[in-house]
Amino acid sequence: MFCDVCKSKEATVFLTQIVEGKMQKVNLCEGCSKEKGVNDPTGFALADLLLGLGAAQEIEKNPAGNRCPVCGFSQADFKKTGRLGCSACYDAFAEGLFGMLKNMHRGSVHTGKVPAKLRVGRLRNREMAELQTSLQKAIQEEQFEEAAALRDRIRKLEEEFRNEMVSFEESSTEVNRLASPQGTAEALSVPKPRKQP
Amino acid sequence: MKLSRIIANTGEWLSGAGPHDQIVVSSRVRLARNLKGKPFPGWAKKAERVAILEEIRGSVEHLPEMEESFSEKLDDLSALEKQVLVERHLISREHAAKGAGSAVVMNTSQTLSFMINEEDHLRMQAIRAGLQLDNVYAMINKTDSELEDTLDFAFHDDLGYLTACPTNVGTGMRASAMMHLPGLVMSEHVNKIINSVNKIGLAVRGLHGEGTEAMGNLFQVSNQTTLGETEEEIIGRLNKVIFQILEHEQNARQILLQQRAETLLDQIGRAYGILCHAHSITSKEALNLLSFIKMGVDLGLFPSNNRLHVDELFIETQPAHLQKGLQVTKLGAEERDSLRAALIRTKLKQMQEPEIGKIPTNGSSSTSSTSETSEGS
Ligand SMILES: [Zn+2]
Ligand SMILES: [Zn+2]
Repeated sequence: MFCDVCKSKEATVFLTQIVEGKMQKVNLCEGCSKEKGVNDPTGFALADLLLGLGAAQEIEKNPAGNRCPVCGFSQADFKKTGRLGCSACYDAFAEGLFGMLKNMHRGSVHTGKVPAKLRVGRLRNREMAELQTSLQKAIQEEQFEEAAALRDRIRKLEEEFRNEMVSFEESSTEVNRLASPQGTAEALSVPKPRKQP
Repeated sequence: MKLSRIIANTGEWLSGAGPHDQIVVSSRVRLARNLKGKPFPGWAKKAERVAILEEIRGSVEHLPEMEESFSEKLDDLSALEKQVLVERHLISREHAAKGAGSAVVMNTSQTLSFMINEEDHLRMQAIRAGLQLDNVYAMINKTDSELEDTLDFAFHDDLGYLTACPTNVGTGMRASAMMHLPGLVMSEHVNKIINSVNKIGLAVRGLHGEGTEAMGNLFQVSNQTTLGETEEEIIGRLNKVIFQILEHEQNARQILLQQRAETLLDQIGRAYGILCHAHSITSKEALNLLSFIKMGVDLGLFPSNNRLHVDELFIETQPAHLQKGLQVTKLGAEERDSLRAALIRTKLKQMQEPEIGKIPTNGSSSTSSTSETSEGS
Protein backbone atom coordinates (compact mmCIF):
# COMPACT_ATOMS: atom_id res chain seq x y z
CA MET A 1 0.00 0.00 0.00
CA PHE A 2 1.31 3.41 -0.92
CA CYS A 3 1.44 6.60 1.10
CA ASP A 4 -1.64 8.80 0.58
CA VAL A 5 0.43 11.98 0.51
CA CYS A 6 3.42 11.28 -1.75
CA LYS A 7 1.89 8.20 -3.45
CA SER A 8 5.34 6.78 -3.99
CA LYS A 9 6.64 5.32 -0.76
CA GLU A 10 5.36 2.38 1.21
CA ALA A 11 2.85 3.43 3.89
CA THR A 12 3.85 2.40 7.39
CA VAL A 13 1.73 4.73 9.51
CA PHE A 14 -2.02 4.21 9.50
CA LEU A 15 -4.31 6.84 10.89
CA THR A 16 -8.06 7.11 11.16
CA GLN A 17 -9.44 10.40 10.04
CA ILE A 18 -12.87 11.82 10.67
CA VAL A 19 -14.18 14.24 8.10
CA GLU A 20 -17.66 15.61 8.65
CA GLY A 21 -18.60 12.71 10.83
CA LYS A 22 -17.40 10.11 8.35
CA MET A 23 -14.44 7.92 9.07
CA GLN A 24 -11.57 7.81 6.63
CA LYS A 25 -8.25 6.05 6.78
CA VAL A 26 -5.01 7.87 6.13
CA ASN A 27 -1.93 5.89 5.21
CA LEU A 28 1.39 7.68 5.46
CA CYS A 29 4.99 6.75 4.83
CA GLU A 30 7.64 7.36 7.47
CA GLY A 31 8.80 10.57 5.81
CA CYS A 32 5.38 12.12 5.33
CA SER A 33 4.24 11.17 8.83
CA LYS A 34 7.24 13.03 10.24
CA GLU A 35 6.53 15.99 8.02
CA LYS A 36 2.91 16.03 9.20
CA GLY A 37 4.17 16.10 12.78
CA VAL A 38 2.81 12.72 13.82
CA ASN A 39 6.07 12.03 15.64
CA ASP A 40 6.27 15.52 17.06
CA PRO A 41 3.95 15.86 20.06
CA THR A 42 4.36 19.62 20.15
CA GLY A 43 3.04 19.94 16.60
CA PHE A 44 -0.02 22.10 16.11
CA ALA A 45 -3.39 20.33 16.21
CA LEU A 46 -1.90 16.95 16.86
CA ALA A 47 -5.43 16.06 17.85
CA ASP A 48 -6.30 16.24 14.19
CA LEU A 49 -3.61 13.81 13.22
CA LEU A 50 -3.93 11.42 16.09
CA LEU A 51 -7.66 11.45 16.43
CA GLY A 52 -8.77 12.36 12.94
CA LEU A 53 -9.15 15.61 11.10
CA GLY A 54 -11.95 17.56 12.66
CA ALA A 55 -11.27 16.27 16.17
CA ALA A 56 -9.88 19.63 17.18
CA GLN A 57 -13.04 21.38 16.00
CA GLU A 58 -15.25 18.68 17.44
CA ILE A 59 -14.04 19.40 20.96
CA GLU A 60 -14.91 23.07 20.54
CA LYS A 61 -18.60 22.17 20.40
CA ASN A 62 -18.49 21.84 24.15
CA PRO A 63 -20.73 24.58 25.56
CA ALA A 64 -19.69 24.35 29.22
CA GLY A 65 -16.73 26.64 28.73
CA ASN A 66 -13.32 25.77 27.50
CA ARG A 67 -11.61 24.58 30.66
CA CYS A 68 -12.00 21.47 32.78
CA PRO A 69 -13.19 22.71 36.19
CA VAL A 70 -11.19 20.03 38.00
CA CYS A 71 -7.76 20.18 36.38
CA GLY A 72 -7.88 23.39 34.35
CA PHE A 73 -7.02 21.64 31.09
CA SER A 74 -8.25 23.68 28.13
CA GLN A 75 -9.57 22.88 24.69
CA ALA A 76 -6.49 24.50 23.26
CA ASP A 77 -4.35 22.07 25.26
CA PHE A 78 -6.32 19.18 23.80
CA LYS A 79 -5.93 20.58 20.33
CA LYS A 80 -2.19 20.78 20.82
CA THR A 81 -1.58 17.38 22.43
CA GLY A 82 -4.49 15.12 21.47
CA ARG A 83 -4.58 14.08 25.13
CA LEU A 84 -6.86 15.02 28.03
CA GLY A 85 -5.82 16.44 31.40
CA CYS A 86 -7.70 14.26 33.88
CA SER A 87 -10.62 11.85 34.11
CA ALA A 88 -13.05 14.72 34.80
CA CYS A 89 -12.17 16.17 31.37
CA TYR A 90 -14.35 13.42 29.90
CA ASP A 91 -17.37 15.02 31.55
CA ALA A 92 -16.23 18.61 31.01
CA PHE A 93 -15.79 18.06 27.28
CA ALA A 94 -18.46 15.35 27.00
CA GLU A 95 -20.43 16.94 24.20
CA GLY A 96 -17.54 17.29 21.81
CA LEU A 97 -15.99 13.98 22.82
CA PHE A 98 -19.14 11.97 22.23
CA GLY A 99 -19.17 12.36 18.46
CA MET A 100 -15.44 11.81 18.27
CA LEU A 101 -15.56 8.61 20.31
CA LYS A 102 -18.48 7.30 18.29
CA ASN A 103 -16.50 7.66 15.09
CA MET A 104 -13.30 6.37 16.58
CA HIS A 105 -14.62 3.19 18.20
CA ARG A 106 -17.03 0.36 17.52
CA GLY A 107 -19.60 1.66 19.97
CA SER A 108 -20.10 4.50 22.40
CA VAL A 109 -20.84 2.52 25.55
CA HIS A 110 -18.38 0.36 27.45
CA THR A 111 -19.49 -3.28 27.67
CA GLY A 112 -16.30 -4.82 29.05
CA LYS A 113 -14.76 -5.27 32.47
CA VAL A 114 -15.95 -3.20 35.42
CA PRO A 115 -13.92 -2.88 38.65
CA ALA A 116 -15.47 -5.25 41.20
CA LYS A 117 -16.30 -2.56 43.72
CA LEU A 118 -18.23 -0.54 41.13
CA ARG A 119 -20.20 -3.41 39.57
CA VAL A 120 -23.32 -3.30 41.77
CA GLY A 121 -23.57 0.48 41.69
CA ARG A 122 -23.15 0.65 37.92
CA LEU A 123 -25.87 -1.91 37.27
CA ARG A 124 -28.24 -0.06 39.57
CA ASN A 125 -27.48 3.31 37.97
CA ARG A 126 -28.23 1.87 34.56
CA GLU A 127 -31.40 0.17 35.76
CA MET A 128 -32.52 3.41 37.39
CA ALA A 129 -31.88 5.36 34.20
CA GLU A 130 -33.87 2.86 32.16
CA LEU A 131 -36.76 2.94 34.65
CA GLN A 132 -36.85 6.74 34.55
CA THR A 133 -37.01 6.74 30.76
CA SER A 134 -39.81 4.18 30.76
CA LEU A 135 -41.67 6.19 33.40
CA GLN A 136 -41.53 9.37 31.31
CA LYS A 137 -42.73 7.44 28.28
CA ALA A 138 -45.58 5.84 30.22
CA ILE A 139 -46.73 9.21 31.55
CA GLN A 140 -46.61 10.77 28.09
CA GLU A 141 -48.63 7.90 26.65
CA GLU A 142 -51.04 8.16 29.61
CA GLN A 143 -50.36 4.54 30.63
CA PHE A 144 -50.98 5.45 34.26
CA GLU A 145 -51.19 1.92 35.59
CA GLU A 146 -47.79 1.12 34.16
CA ALA A 147 -46.43 4.45 35.32
CA ALA A 148 -47.49 3.66 38.87
CA ALA A 149 -45.81 0.27 38.73
CA LEU A 150 -42.64 1.86 37.41
CA ARG A 151 -42.71 4.53 40.10
CA ASP A 152 -43.01 1.82 42.76
CA ARG A 153 -40.00 0.01 41.37
CA ILE A 154 -37.98 3.21 41.34
CA ARG A 155 -38.94 3.90 44.95
CA LYS A 156 -37.98 0.36 45.95
CA LEU A 157 -34.64 0.71 44.24
CA GLU A 158 -34.03 4.03 45.96
CA GLU A 159 -34.89 2.50 49.30
CA GLU A 160 -32.52 -0.39 48.69
CA PHE A 161 -29.85 2.10 47.86
CA ARG A 162 -30.45 3.95 51.13
CA ASN A 163 -30.30 0.69 53.11
CA GLU A 164 -27.06 -0.15 51.47
CA MET A 165 -25.58 3.19 52.38
CA VAL A 166 -26.62 2.58 56.00
CA SER A 167 -25.21 -0.92 56.02
CA PHE A 168 -22.05 0.39 54.42
CA GLU A 169 -21.65 2.94 57.17
CA GLU A 170 -22.35 0.29 59.75
CA SER A 171 -19.89 -2.15 58.31
CA SER A 172 -17.20 0.46 58.44
CA THR A 173 -17.50 0.69 62.22
CA GLU A 174 -16.71 -2.57 63.96
CA VAL A 175 -19.09 -1.98 66.88
CA ASN A 176 -22.30 -1.68 64.93
CA ARG A 177 -21.51 -4.25 62.31
CA LEU A 178 -23.26 -7.20 63.92
CA ALA A 179 -26.23 -5.13 65.04
CA SER A 180 -27.89 -5.09 61.64
CA PRO A 181 -26.74 -7.92 59.40
CA GLN A 182 -29.98 -7.68 57.50
CA GLY A 183 -29.02 -4.54 55.66
CA THR A 184 -25.88 -6.15 54.31
CA ALA A 185 -27.67 -9.28 53.15
CA GLU A 186 -30.27 -7.20 51.42
CA ALA A 187 -27.67 -5.04 49.79
CA LEU A 188 -25.91 -8.08 48.42
CA SER A 189 -29.10 -9.60 47.04
CA VAL A 190 -30.02 -6.60 44.91
CA PRO A 191 -30.12 -5.70 42.19
CA LYS A 192 -30.78 -8.90 40.32
CA PRO A 193 -28.01 -9.70 37.89
CA ARG A 194 -28.89 -8.48 34.46
CA LYS A 195 -27.39 -9.31 31.13
CA GLN A 196 -24.94 -6.74 29.87
CA PRO A 197 -26.24 -4.98 26.79
CA MET B 1 17.09 -7.57 42.02
CA LYS B 2 19.51 -5.94 39.62
CA LEU B 3 18.63 -5.22 36.02
CA SER B 4 21.83 -6.85 34.76
CA ARG B 5 20.72 -10.13 36.34
CA ILE B 6 17.30 -9.95 34.71
CA ILE B 7 18.52 -9.09 31.26
CA ALA B 8 21.26 -11.74 31.39
CA ASN B 9 18.42 -14.16 30.64
CA THR B 10 16.33 -14.04 27.52
CA GLY B 11 12.72 -13.33 28.30
CA GLU B 12 10.16 -16.13 28.30
CA TRP B 13 8.48 -14.75 25.20
CA LEU B 14 11.65 -15.33 23.20
CA SER B 15 13.07 -18.52 24.66
CA GLY B 16 9.79 -20.17 25.65
CA ALA B 17 7.40 -22.17 23.53
CA GLY B 18 3.82 -21.48 22.59
CA PRO B 19 1.21 -22.48 20.02
CA HIS B 20 2.19 -21.65 16.42
CA ASP B 21 5.41 -20.04 17.64
CA GLN B 22 7.18 -20.54 14.30
CA ILE B 23 5.11 -17.77 12.76
CA VAL B 24 3.57 -16.02 15.75
CA VAL B 25 6.60 -14.85 17.74
CA SER B 26 4.71 -13.49 20.72
CA SER B 27 1.32 -12.48 22.11
CA ARG B 28 0.93 -9.42 24.25
CA VAL B 29 -1.94 -7.69 26.07
CA ARG B 30 -1.54 -4.26 27.59
CA LEU B 31 -4.04 -2.51 29.88
CA ALA B 32 -4.11 1.24 30.49
CA ARG B 33 -5.34 2.40 33.91
CA ASN B 34 -5.43 5.74 35.72
CA LEU B 35 -6.02 6.71 39.31
CA LYS B 36 -9.34 8.34 40.12
CA GLY B 37 -9.24 12.11 40.59
CA LYS B 38 -5.56 12.56 39.65
CA PRO B 39 -4.36 14.47 36.59
CA PHE B 40 -2.95 12.29 33.81
CA PRO B 41 0.89 12.12 33.72
CA GLY B 42 1.21 14.52 30.79
CA TRP B 43 -0.69 17.21 32.71
CA ALA B 44 0.36 16.43 36.29
CA LYS B 45 3.06 18.46 38.03
CA LYS B 46 6.24 16.69 38.97
CA ALA B 47 5.31 16.41 42.67
CA GLU B 48 1.94 14.90 41.71
CA ARG B 49 3.62 12.42 39.37
CA VAL B 50 6.04 11.38 42.11
CA ALA B 51 3.16 10.82 44.56
CA ILE B 52 1.23 8.78 41.97
CA LEU B 53 4.36 6.79 41.21
CA GLU B 54 4.90 5.90 44.87
CA GLU B 55 1.28 4.83 45.33
CA ILE B 56 1.16 2.59 42.25
CA ARG B 57 4.66 1.21 42.66
CA GLY B 58 3.91 0.10 46.21
CA SER B 59 0.79 -1.77 45.09
CA VAL B 60 2.49 -3.41 42.13
CA GLU B 61 5.51 -4.55 44.15
CA HIS B 62 3.20 -6.21 46.66
CA LEU B 63 1.43 -8.35 44.07
CA PRO B 64 2.00 -12.07 44.77
CA GLU B 65 3.21 -12.60 41.18
CA MET B 66 5.83 -9.89 41.60
CA GLU B 67 7.69 -11.48 44.48
CA GLU B 68 10.75 -11.94 42.26
CA SER B 69 10.92 -8.67 40.45
CA PHE B 70 12.90 -5.71 39.31
CA SER B 71 11.68 -2.20 40.08
CA GLU B 72 13.42 1.04 39.22
CA LYS B 73 12.73 4.71 38.64
CA LEU B 74 13.48 5.72 35.09
CA ASP B 75 15.83 8.49 36.17
CA ASP B 76 17.94 5.81 37.88
CA LEU B 77 18.37 3.83 34.67
CA SER B 78 20.99 4.62 32.03
CA ALA B 79 19.95 5.43 28.46
CA LEU B 80 21.44 2.09 27.39
CA GLU B 81 19.48 0.12 30.00
CA LYS B 82 16.24 1.79 28.95
CA GLN B 83 16.97 1.00 25.32
CA VAL B 84 17.58 -2.67 26.18
CA LEU B 85 14.11 -2.76 27.75
CA VAL B 86 12.60 -1.18 24.63
CA GLU B 87 14.28 -3.72 22.38
CA ARG B 88 12.79 -6.49 24.53
CA HIS B 89 9.33 -4.91 24.25
CA LEU B 90 9.16 -4.50 28.03
CA ILE B 91 8.72 -0.73 27.93
CA SER B 92 7.68 1.59 25.10
CA ARG B 93 9.94 4.06 23.33
CA GLU B 94 7.79 6.82 24.81
CA HIS B 95 8.34 5.48 28.31
CA ALA B 96 12.10 5.24 27.80
CA ALA B 97 12.10 8.98 27.06
CA LYS B 98 10.62 9.72 30.51
CA GLY B 99 12.69 10.77 33.48
CA ALA B 100 11.73 11.80 37.02
CA GLY B 101 8.32 10.60 38.20
CA SER B 102 8.22 7.46 36.05
CA ALA B 103 9.20 3.88 36.84
CA VAL B 104 9.23 0.35 35.52
CA VAL B 105 8.49 -2.86 37.42
CA MET B 106 8.83 -6.33 35.88
CA ASN B 107 9.03 -9.95 36.98
CA THR B 108 12.15 -12.05 36.41
CA SER B 109 10.68 -14.13 33.60
CA GLN B 110 9.80 -10.81 31.90
CA THR B 111 6.24 -11.98 31.24
CA LEU B 112 4.76 -9.11 33.25
CA SER B 113 5.87 -5.51 33.10
CA PHE B 114 4.43 -2.29 34.45
CA MET B 115 5.11 1.16 33.11
CA ILE B 116 4.24 3.76 35.72
CA ASN B 117 3.48 7.27 34.45
CA GLU B 118 3.86 6.65 30.76
CA GLU B 119 0.99 8.33 28.92
CA ASP B 120 -1.34 6.88 31.56
CA HIS B 121 -0.65 6.39 35.27
CA LEU B 122 -0.27 2.67 34.74
CA ARG B 123 0.24 0.54 31.69
CA MET B 124 0.68 -3.11 32.48
CA GLN B 125 1.43 -5.83 30.01
CA ALA B 126 1.71 -9.58 29.83
CA ILE B 127 3.71 -11.13 27.00
CA ARG B 128 4.24 -14.80 26.12
CA ALA B 129 5.70 -16.83 23.27
CA GLY B 130 3.47 -17.97 20.41
CA LEU B 131 -0.21 -17.37 19.83
CA GLN B 132 -1.97 -17.41 23.19
CA LEU B 133 -3.80 -14.14 23.59
CA ASP B 134 -6.44 -15.76 25.82
CA ASN B 135 -3.84 -16.92 28.34
CA VAL B 136 -2.00 -13.65 28.19
CA TYR B 137 -5.21 -11.69 28.79
CA ALA B 138 -6.09 -13.98 31.71
CA MET B 139 -2.69 -13.20 33.25
CA ILE B 140 -2.99 -9.45 33.03
CA ASN B 141 -6.69 -9.48 33.94
CA LYS B 142 -5.85 -11.29 37.18
CA THR B 143 -3.18 -8.71 37.96
CA ASP B 144 -5.60 -5.88 37.22
CA SER B 145 -8.24 -7.38 39.54
CA GLU B 146 -5.69 -7.73 42.33
CA LEU B 147 -4.61 -4.11 41.92
CA GLU B 148 -8.25 -2.97 42.17
CA ASP B 149 -8.18 -3.93 45.86
CA THR B 150 -5.60 -1.27 46.64
CA LEU B 151 -5.96 1.26 43.82
CA ASP B 152 -9.05 3.25 42.77
CA PHE B 153 -9.05 3.32 38.98
CA ALA B 154 -10.76 6.10 37.04
CA PHE B 155 -13.90 4.50 35.62
CA HIS B 156 -16.92 6.06 33.91
CA ASP B 157 -20.33 4.35 33.87
CA ASP B 158 -20.71 4.76 30.11
CA LEU B 159 -17.15 5.13 28.87
CA GLY B 160 -15.42 2.51 31.03
CA TYR B 161 -11.76 2.96 31.97
CA LEU B 162 -10.70 6.55 31.35
CA THR B 163 -7.37 7.15 29.61
CA ALA B 164 -5.29 10.18 28.69
CA CYS B 165 -5.94 9.57 24.99
CA PRO B 166 -9.55 9.02 23.86
CA THR B 167 -8.36 6.25 21.51
CA ASN B 168 -7.79 3.95 24.51
CA VAL B 169 -10.95 4.65 26.51
CA GLY B 170 -13.31 1.77 27.38
CA THR B 171 -11.38 -1.42 27.97
CA GLY B 172 -8.05 0.43 27.86
CA MET B 173 -6.82 -2.75 26.22
CA ARG B 174 -4.38 -3.19 23.38
CA ALA B 175 -3.87 -6.83 22.39
CA SER B 176 -1.28 -7.70 19.80
CA ALA B 177 0.60 -10.53 18.17
CA MET B 178 4.04 -10.26 16.60
CA MET B 179 4.05 -12.25 13.36
CA HIS B 180 6.95 -13.31 11.16
CA LEU B 181 5.70 -13.16 7.57
CA PRO B 182 8.56 -13.64 5.08
CA GLY B 183 6.41 -15.78 2.77
CA LEU B 184 3.79 -13.07 2.37
CA VAL B 185 6.46 -10.42 1.87
CA MET B 186 8.28 -12.48 -0.78
CA SER B 187 5.09 -13.28 -2.64
CA GLU B 188 4.12 -9.61 -2.38
CA HIS B 189 0.81 -10.39 -0.72
CA VAL B 190 1.53 -8.67 2.53
CA ASN B 191 0.20 -5.24 1.51
CA LYS B 192 -3.09 -6.72 0.43
CA ILE B 193 -3.40 -8.34 3.84
CA ILE B 194 -2.40 -5.19 5.72
CA ASN B 195 -5.04 -3.30 3.76
CA SER B 196 -7.85 -5.69 4.50
CA VAL B 197 -6.92 -5.96 8.17
CA ASN B 198 -6.91 -2.17 8.49
CA LYS B 199 -10.37 -2.06 6.96
CA ILE B 200 -11.87 -4.08 9.79
CA GLY B 201 -10.61 -1.88 12.59
CA LEU B 202 -7.44 -3.78 13.39
CA ALA B 203 -3.95 -2.45 12.78
CA VAL B 204 -0.80 -3.94 11.29
CA ARG B 205 2.43 -2.20 12.14
CA GLY B 206 6.18 -2.68 12.09
CA LEU B 207 8.48 -4.13 14.73
CA HIS B 208 8.25 -1.44 17.37
CA GLY B 209 4.63 -0.45 16.95
CA GLU B 210 3.03 2.72 15.76
CA GLY B 211 4.84 4.49 12.96
CA THR B 212 7.69 2.03 12.65
CA GLU B 213 8.92 0.30 9.56
CA ALA B 214 8.50 -3.44 9.18
CA MET B 215 11.98 -4.88 9.63
CA GLY B 216 12.94 -8.54 9.51
CA ASN B 217 9.48 -9.25 8.04
CA LEU B 218 8.04 -8.83 11.53
CA PHE B 219 4.56 -7.36 11.83
CA GLN B 220 2.44 -6.46 14.82
CA VAL B 221 -1.29 -7.11 14.50
CA SER B 222 -3.42 -5.35 17.11
CA ASN B 223 -6.88 -3.98 17.89
CA GLN B 224 -7.42 -0.34 17.09
CA THR B 225 -10.66 0.25 18.96
CA THR B 226 -11.27 -0.14 22.68
CA LEU B 227 -14.85 1.04 23.28
CA GLY B 228 -18.09 -0.80 22.55
CA GLU B 229 -16.84 -4.38 22.74
CA THR B 230 -15.86 -6.60 25.65
CA GLU B 231 -12.24 -7.65 26.09
CA GLU B 232 -13.20 -11.18 25.03
CA GLU B 233 -14.93 -9.94 21.88
CA ILE B 234 -11.91 -7.87 20.88
CA ILE B 235 -9.53 -10.78 21.45
CA GLY B 236 -11.85 -13.17 19.63
CA ARG B 237 -11.97 -10.92 16.59
CA LEU B 238 -8.20 -10.45 16.67
CA ASN B 239 -7.59 -14.19 17.05
CA LYS B 240 -9.68 -14.95 13.98
CA VAL B 241 -7.68 -12.52 11.87
CA ILE B 242 -4.35 -13.76 13.20
CA PHE B 243 -5.32 -17.34 12.31
CA GLN B 244 -6.19 -16.21 8.82
CA ILE B 245 -2.87 -14.41 8.38
CA LEU B 246 -1.11 -17.49 9.78
CA GLU B 247 -2.75 -19.67 7.15
CA HIS B 248 -1.96 -17.20 4.39
CA GLU B 249 1.68 -17.25 5.46
CA GLN B 250 1.76 -21.05 5.50
CA ASN B 251 0.15 -21.15 2.06
CA ALA B 252 2.50 -18.51 0.70
CA ARG B 253 5.47 -20.60 1.81
CA GLN B 254 4.02 -23.73 0.21
CA ILE B 255 3.44 -21.93 -3.06
CA LEU B 256 6.96 -20.47 -3.01
CA LEU B 257 8.35 -23.97 -2.50
CA GLN B 258 6.29 -25.40 -5.32
CA GLN B 259 6.67 -22.62 -7.83
CA ARG B 260 9.76 -20.62 -6.91
CA ALA B 261 11.90 -23.05 -4.98
CA GLU B 262 15.10 -21.84 -6.64
CA THR B 263 14.44 -18.21 -5.71
CA LEU B 264 13.61 -19.22 -2.16
CA LEU B 265 16.74 -21.34 -1.75
CA ASP B 266 18.81 -18.62 -3.38
CA GLN B 267 17.55 -16.01 -0.90
CA ILE B 268 18.15 -18.22 2.12
CA GLY B 269 21.57 -19.27 0.83
CA ARG B 270 22.62 -15.70 0.12
CA ALA B 271 21.41 -14.55 3.52
CA TYR B 272 23.48 -17.29 5.15
CA GLY B 273 26.51 -16.41 3.01
CA ILE B 274 26.41 -12.73 3.84
CA LEU B 275 25.78 -13.25 7.54
CA CYS B 276 28.65 -15.77 7.77
CA HIS B 277 31.15 -13.48 6.11
CA ALA B 278 30.12 -9.86 6.64
CA HIS B 279 32.40 -7.64 8.69
CA SER B 280 30.03 -4.72 8.95
CA ILE B 281 26.26 -4.92 8.94
CA THR B 282 23.46 -2.54 9.94
CA SER B 283 20.68 -3.57 12.25
CA LYS B 284 18.15 -3.38 9.43
CA GLU B 285 20.13 -5.54 7.01
CA ALA B 286 20.86 -8.05 9.77
CA LEU B 287 17.18 -8.39 10.65
CA ASN B 288 16.12 -8.77 7.05
CA LEU B 289 18.70 -11.50 6.43
CA LEU B 290 18.04 -13.24 9.74
CA SER B 291 14.41 -13.43 8.69
CA PHE B 292 15.43 -15.72 5.82
CA ILE B 293 17.51 -17.89 8.16
CA LYS B 294 14.52 -18.12 10.51
CA MET B 295 12.33 -19.24 7.62
CA GLY B 296 15.08 -21.68 6.64
CA VAL B 297 14.83 -23.24 10.10
CA ASP B 298 11.03 -23.47 9.71
CA LEU B 299 11.49 -25.20 6.34
CA GLY B 300 13.93 -27.73 7.75
CA LEU B 301 17.02 -26.43 5.95
CA PHE B 302 18.76 -25.87 9.27
CA PRO B 303 18.66 -28.29 12.19
CA SER B 304 15.77 -27.25 14.41
CA ASN B 305 17.99 -27.05 17.52
CA ASN B 306 19.34 -23.84 16.00
CA ARG B 307 16.00 -22.12 16.40
CA LEU B 308 16.80 -20.39 19.67
CA HIS B 309 20.21 -19.21 18.38
CA VAL B 310 18.53 -17.56 15.43
CA ASP B 311 15.66 -16.08 17.45
CA GLU B 312 18.10 -14.66 19.99
CA LEU B 313 20.08 -12.98 17.23
CA PHE B 314 16.99 -10.93 16.36
CA ILE B 315 17.30 -9.30 19.78
CA GLU B 316 21.04 -9.56 20.42
CA THR B 317 21.90 -7.65 17.25
CA GLN B 318 19.80 -4.62 18.25
CA PRO B 319 21.93 -1.54 19.07
CA ALA B 320 21.55 -1.49 22.86
CA HIS B 321 21.84 -5.25 23.28
CA LEU B 322 25.10 -5.22 21.32
CA GLN B 323 26.60 -2.82 23.83
CA LYS B 324 25.09 -4.06 27.05
CA GLY B 325 28.01 -6.32 27.98
CA LEU B 326 30.60 -3.68 27.26
CA GLN B 327 31.84 -1.31 29.92
CA VAL B 328 32.44 1.43 27.39
CA THR B 329 30.74 4.65 26.57
CA LYS B 330 28.31 4.68 23.69
CA LEU B 331 29.64 3.15 20.49
CA GLY B 332 29.37 4.86 17.12
CA ALA B 333 27.24 3.37 14.37
CA GLU B 334 30.24 2.01 12.49
CA GLU B 335 31.66 0.31 15.56
CA ARG B 336 28.27 -1.21 16.24
CA ASP B 337 28.02 -2.53 12.69
CA SER B 338 31.38 -4.31 13.03
CA LEU B 339 30.49 -5.66 16.45
CA ARG B 340 27.16 -6.90 15.11
CA ALA B 341 28.78 -8.68 12.17
CA ALA B 342 31.29 -10.35 14.50
CA LEU B 343 28.54 -11.53 16.85
CA ILE B 344 26.54 -13.02 13.99
CA ARG B 345 29.60 -14.76 12.51
CA THR B 346 30.41 -16.33 15.87
CA LYS B 347 26.87 -17.51 16.45
CA LEU B 348 26.42 -18.94 12.98
CA LYS B 349 29.71 -20.84 13.26
CA GLN B 350 28.17 -22.74 16.17
CA MET B 351 25.35 -23.85 13.90
CA GLN B 352 25.58 -26.82 11.58
CA GLU B 353 25.99 -25.72 7.98
CA PRO B 354 22.69 -25.95 6.13
CA GLU B 355 22.01 -28.19 3.17
CA ILE B 356 20.71 -25.45 1.00
CA GLY B 357 20.20 -26.88 -2.44
CA LYS B 358 18.00 -29.67 -1.28
CA ILE B 359 14.38 -28.63 -1.58
CA PRO B 360 12.45 -29.93 1.40
CA THR B 361 10.02 -32.55 0.08
CA ASN B 362 6.83 -31.66 1.88
CA GLY B 363 7.80 -28.09 2.37
CA SER B 364 8.15 -28.29 6.09
CA SER B 365 10.17 -30.31 8.52
CA SER B 366 7.58 -29.81 11.17
CA THR B 367 4.45 -31.86 10.99
CA SER B 368 3.13 -29.63 13.71
CA SER B 369 2.74 -26.67 11.40
CA THR B 370 0.49 -28.75 9.15
CA SER B 371 -1.70 -29.80 12.03
CA GLU B 372 -1.77 -26.22 13.23
CA THR B 373 -3.35 -25.21 9.96
CA SER B 374 -6.30 -27.53 10.29
CA GLU B 375 -6.80 -26.59 13.90
CA GLY B 376 -6.90 -22.94 13.02
CA SER B 377 -9.41 -23.16 10.23
ZN1 LIG C 1 4.75 9.76 1.73
ZN1 LIG D 1 -9.62 17.66 33.64
